[in-house]
Amino acid sequence: MTALQHETAQQARVDADAERLSTAPQPAPPPARGQRAHPFRQAWRQLTSMRTALLLLFLLALASVPGGFIPQRSLNPVEVQKYVTDHPSLAPVLDALSLFDVFAAPWFAAIYLLLFISLVGCLVPRIRLHARALRTKPPQLPRSLARLPASDRWETDAEPAEALAAARTVLKRWRTVERPGGVSAEKGYLRESGNLLFHVSLVVLLVGIALGALYGFKATVLVKDGDGFANTVLAYDDINPGRRFSPDRLEPFDLTLREFKATYAEDGKALTFDAHVEWSAGPGEPRQDYDIRVNHPLAVGDAKVYLIGHGYAPRVVVRDRAGNELRQTVPCLPQDAKFVSSCTIKVPNALNADGSPDQLGFEGVFTPTTAQDPQTGRVTSVFPAADNPALTVVGFRGDLGLDVGETQSVYSLDKTDLTQIDAPPQGLRPGDTWQLPGGGSLTYESTAEWATFQVTQDPGKGLALVASCGMVLGLLLSLFVRRRRVWVRVTGPAGGTAAAGPTVIHAGSAPAPTGGTLIEVGGLARTDHEAFATEFAALTGRLREAAGSRPVASTPAGPAPARSEHPTGATAGG
Amino acid sequence: MAELSDRLLFVTVLLYALAMLAFAGAAAGSRSKVVTGAAGRPARVLVGSGAPVDERAPAPAVRSGGATRAGRVGIALTGLGWVVHVASVVTRGVAADRVPWGNMYEFSSCAALTAVTAFLVLLHRRRVDATVGAFVMVPVTLYLGLAGTVLYTEAGPLVPALNSYWIKIHVAAAVAASGAFLLSGVVALLYLLRDRYDTMVARGRTPAFPLSLGRSLPPAPSLDRAAYAVIAFAFPVWTFAIIAGAIWAEAAWGRYWGWDPKETWSFITWVLYACYLHARATAGWKGRKSAWVAVAAAAALIIDYYVVNIFVVGLHSYA
Repeated sequence: MTALQHETAQQARVDADAERLSTAPQPAPPPARGQRAHPFRQAWRQLTSMRTALLLLFLLALASVPGGFIPQRSLNPVEVQKYVTDHPSLAPVLDALSLFDVFAAPWFAAIYLLLFISLVGCLVPRIRLHARALRTKPPQLPRSLARLPASDRWETDAEPAEALAAARTVLKRWRTVERPGGVSAEKGYLRESGNLLFHVSLVVLLVGIALGALYGFKATVLVKDGDGFANTVLAYDDINPGRRFSPDRLEPFDLTLREFKATYAEDGKALTFDAHVEWSAGPGEPRQDYDIRVNHPLAVGDAKVYLIGHGYAPRVVVRDRAGNELRQTVPCLPQDAKFVSSCTIKVPNALNADGSPDQLGFEGVFTPTTAQDPQTGRVTSVFPAADNPALTVVGFRGDLGLDVGETQSVYSLDKTDLTQIDAPPQGLRPGDTWQLPGGGSLTYESTAEWATFQVTQDPGKGLALVASCGMVLGLLLSLFVRRRRVWVRVTGPAGGTAAAGPTVIHAGSAPAPTGGTLIEVGGLARTDHEAFATEFAALTGRLREAAGSRPVASTPAGPAPARSEHPTGATAGG
Repeated sequence: MAELSDRLLFVTVLLYALAMLAFAGAAAGSRSKVVTGAAGRPARVLVGSGAPVDERAPAPAVRSGGATRAGRVGIALTGLGWVVHVASVVTRGVAADRVPWGNMYEFSSCAALTAVTAFLVLLHRRRVDATVGAFVMVPVTLYLGLAGTVLYTEAGPLVPALNSYWIKIHVAAAVAASGAFLLSGVVALLYLLRDRYDTMVARGRTPAFPLSLGRSLPPAPSLDRAAYAVIAFAFPVWTFAIIAGAIWAEAAWGRYWGWDPKETWSFITWVLYACYLHARATAGWKGRKSAWVAVAAAAALIIDYYVVNIFVVGLHSYA
């Protein structure tokens, strides 16, 4: 290789370096002939490639679609059951494909795990490259600054050293370094930092979610006015603990519902829900008052108590044939927005006059503001508040089937061993008593309300929040910071450059024709070329002022028109 | 006050519709000029279907098709409509004594307002010109008309679940991002139209209607960059909206994420826009393919909004 060839090659490398304004991975060169990459290495390279990441992202979106249309067990088991009944042939297929539990399905997990492996595989080398780029000085001046997307040149009477000093002053807020022939400057490293921050935050977010799923718990409990519960596993109607959850992590609080109160607008829309509770953080701790409302949970240590539902619970007294008074407050399940509610009353301890069991059961409808449906003639409710409550019931005698050992829902009667009491449905107002044919009675005394509370503990929550903030910050940086470079070359009257070091004659820059100092500026941005063109014009304007310029007959045009947009650096692999 | 707001919205729709007509006139008027501009481009368009836009080619500046009289009238009408639209939203807020984005009707009106705002910003920055106007104002007018008739709700107080200061933050961000995303969807479609038109012309074929509409549009690379600019703005806003929603959900429902249908579709939308941003940086996915991704993402957004709100029962069923 001759010296000239060598120099040309070196210069080409300098030029290439100057224009490479990204640490984004370059497509790997194809392996040389006859030299095959290790299969594992090849698979790894495939997995961490941008194309694969993109494919996995698409798959993730696609895989979530059924979760948005088909009812999900985790959200609405009742709806799923209904779907299964309505589609007897399709449902088993869907179920086998985990389409009722999309977000817990193994194939869903496979997609996001692969995606995150691909992401990490892509991130690690990029972090290393970026860390190196942060320590690297801006690259050498390319041969021809006029070839760059933005460029400008003019002459000045100032000495080369002065011009150079002026350039450094103008580029004060840039990272600059003096290079042979002039100054190299670079700005916008935060773009890649933001990009990496966003993707690292994604990984941290996943860790936070996993922590919550493993060590957290979620439970619900129905509490009637005046009742309460202690935060123990046994207290809950429904509990959903994480896999690594242990009951001794439960906060030892207890809570009593003093009164539940809802208010409604005239059209029946709910205005406020308010559960007035009394609670204590543990045995021996003082009791405190609190209003749990929607959007206003009670926080006890790590746990939070939310108000998630409410309904009515008529207070009834059943007198059996033996004359015993059996009191109950019966939670009824709301069926519609006007709180028509279905009630089930079970009296397993009712006795005959001779002391033998005579179990009683009642099915009924509770209507808070009672009216008759003009069309069907049936009892209905026209307003959700208990303005004119009524309990309409039918009764049963016999065996409630509670001794069989099978668990039974408290909200329905098993009528196999029950006989209906021969009487039409009875509409009871508060204070009314129904004398049962054959003995005994049912009195509807007054109306209480109930509220359902959800208690959750999620140890990963804080981490997820921090990660989310990192994501937004990273996104903003990576989308709006522009990475760009500017070079200023100063050539003295004799054609020598101003900077220290050997005097080099540059191929692209002829000495100033009129004997002054020639200033050439070139710039390059990776994104948003319009904005860069404006910035470049402002920069050269200030440099003209600082370094001076003298009228030259042949002044080339100002900044060249910006190039069309480059791929964004905002989007790292992964 | 509520009545005033309704009337103002009616005037807004009227002004937007007139603007749409003026823009259509502008597009028709700019054809002859543009054909010559397009004639020089086909060679580049053919470079390869994988990379239809030469990344390093100087970006053709958007010609001022808006300089025609009809275009200027369209822009003026849109600006006027925008002012009336803002007044309508503000009076609605005063009438209901809360933020004016508490139900589907109000949400639609605000989203349309953001879309028009984003369009005016694009015009101002010369990212697009008046020839695009008709294509933007048709969906905006339809969308607003639909909101004012089918989705209309009387001004009233909020249901308890919405009664939180998070509604100001979460819904405002969602509205802003939705409006911008919808606009980007339109621009991406226009890019595809223009690109298809150019390809056909380069092959020596004469595009028939509706492809012939591409003739009056700004050059494909400009449309591509305009769509990107809007999405680059909207994506962080959408991300923030989802996060704010998660924080609110944590306070209201006891968990920050629960795959409620609304959450699921917001997630799908988010992932698809993430796909778009990645696609735009992936060899073989630039240009046409990423534009399709942007269109798919906008479709997911529409499902998230209309289908989920109206047909799917979930925790977000308020309106």
